[in-house]
Amino acid sequence: MGTFLDYLWAFLVGGALCVIAQILIDKTKITPARILVLYVCSGVVLTALGIYGPIAKFAGCGATVPLTGFGYAIAQGVEKAVDEFGLFGALTGGLTATSGGITTAIVLGYICSLIFSSKPKD
Amino acid sequence: MNKEDYKIYVEGRATKSKCAKNCIFAFLIGGTICVVGQFLKNLYIYLGVIEQNASTLASISLIVIAGLLTGLGIFDNIAKIAGAGTLVPITGFANAVVSPAIDTKSEGYIFGVGAKIFTIAGPVILYGIFSGVIYGVIYYFMGVL
Repeated sequence: MGTFLDYLWAFLVGGALCVIAQILIDKTKITPARILVLYVCSGVVLTALGIYGPIAKFAGCGATVPLTGFGYAIAQGVEKAVDEFGLFGALTGGLTATSGGITTAIVLGYICSLIFSSKPKD
Repeated sequence: MNKEDYKIYVEGRATKSKCAKNCIFAFLIGGTICVVGQFLKNLYIYLGVIEQNASTLASISLIVIAGLLTGLGIFDNIAKIAGAGTLVPITGFANAVVSPAIDTKSEGYIFGVGAKIFTIAGPVILYGIFSGVIYGVIYYFMGVL
C-alpha cells in the first residue's frame, strides 16, 4: 500500500503547489478562477519542457491531484495520441486523457443540482 | 514614527501575518488532500487497477467527495479556512462545477444549470485543451524533423 516516502512527497509537493497559489492570491490581484486556468496551462508547459514528468514520478498524487496535474494529463495524452496517430492526435489526446475527470465533474454537478438547493450565503 | 506611519506599519504586519497563516492552512490542507489521493491510488493499485487508471480514479474519487461536500454545504466552510488548499487540488475544480450548477437551478436547467455549470470549468478546459493542441502540433513537428 505504498511507502511512507510516497505519502511524504505527495504531502510536501501538493502542499507547496497550494502555497504558491495562496501567495499569488494574497499578494497579487489574480482571482481564484484565473489561478485554476494558470495552473492547468502551467502543467501543460512544464510537461512539454520535460520538468513535470520527473516531479510526478516521485511526488505521485502530490503532482497529479493539483490542477497542474490536469495540464500534465492533457500534455501526456497529447504526446501519446500524436505518437499513435500523428498530427491528428494533437486534436484528440487532451480530452481523451482528461475525459474521466471532466465527465465525472459535470455528471455529478448535474445530479447535485437535482438533489441539492443552494444554501443562503452569509 | 508618527500615527500615520505606525498605521501603515501595523497594517503591513497584519497582512503579512494573514498571508503567512493562509499559507500554512493552504499547505496543510492541500497536502492532506494529496495524501488522501495517494492513499486512494495505492488502494486501487492494490485492488488490481493498473497504475495510470489508478491515478485517474483517485482524482475522480476526490471529485466525487468534493462535489458531494459542496452539495451538502460543507465544502465552503472548509474552503474558507483552506483557501488555495482546496482550490488548487482537483477538489477546487469539482467545487467550481457543482457549486454554480446548484446555485443556478432557479434559472432553469438549460440556460441556468446547463450553461453556468461551465462558468469556471469552461475557461479551465478551453485554455488547457488549447495549450495541449499547441503542444501536440509542436511535439509532432519535433518528431518529424
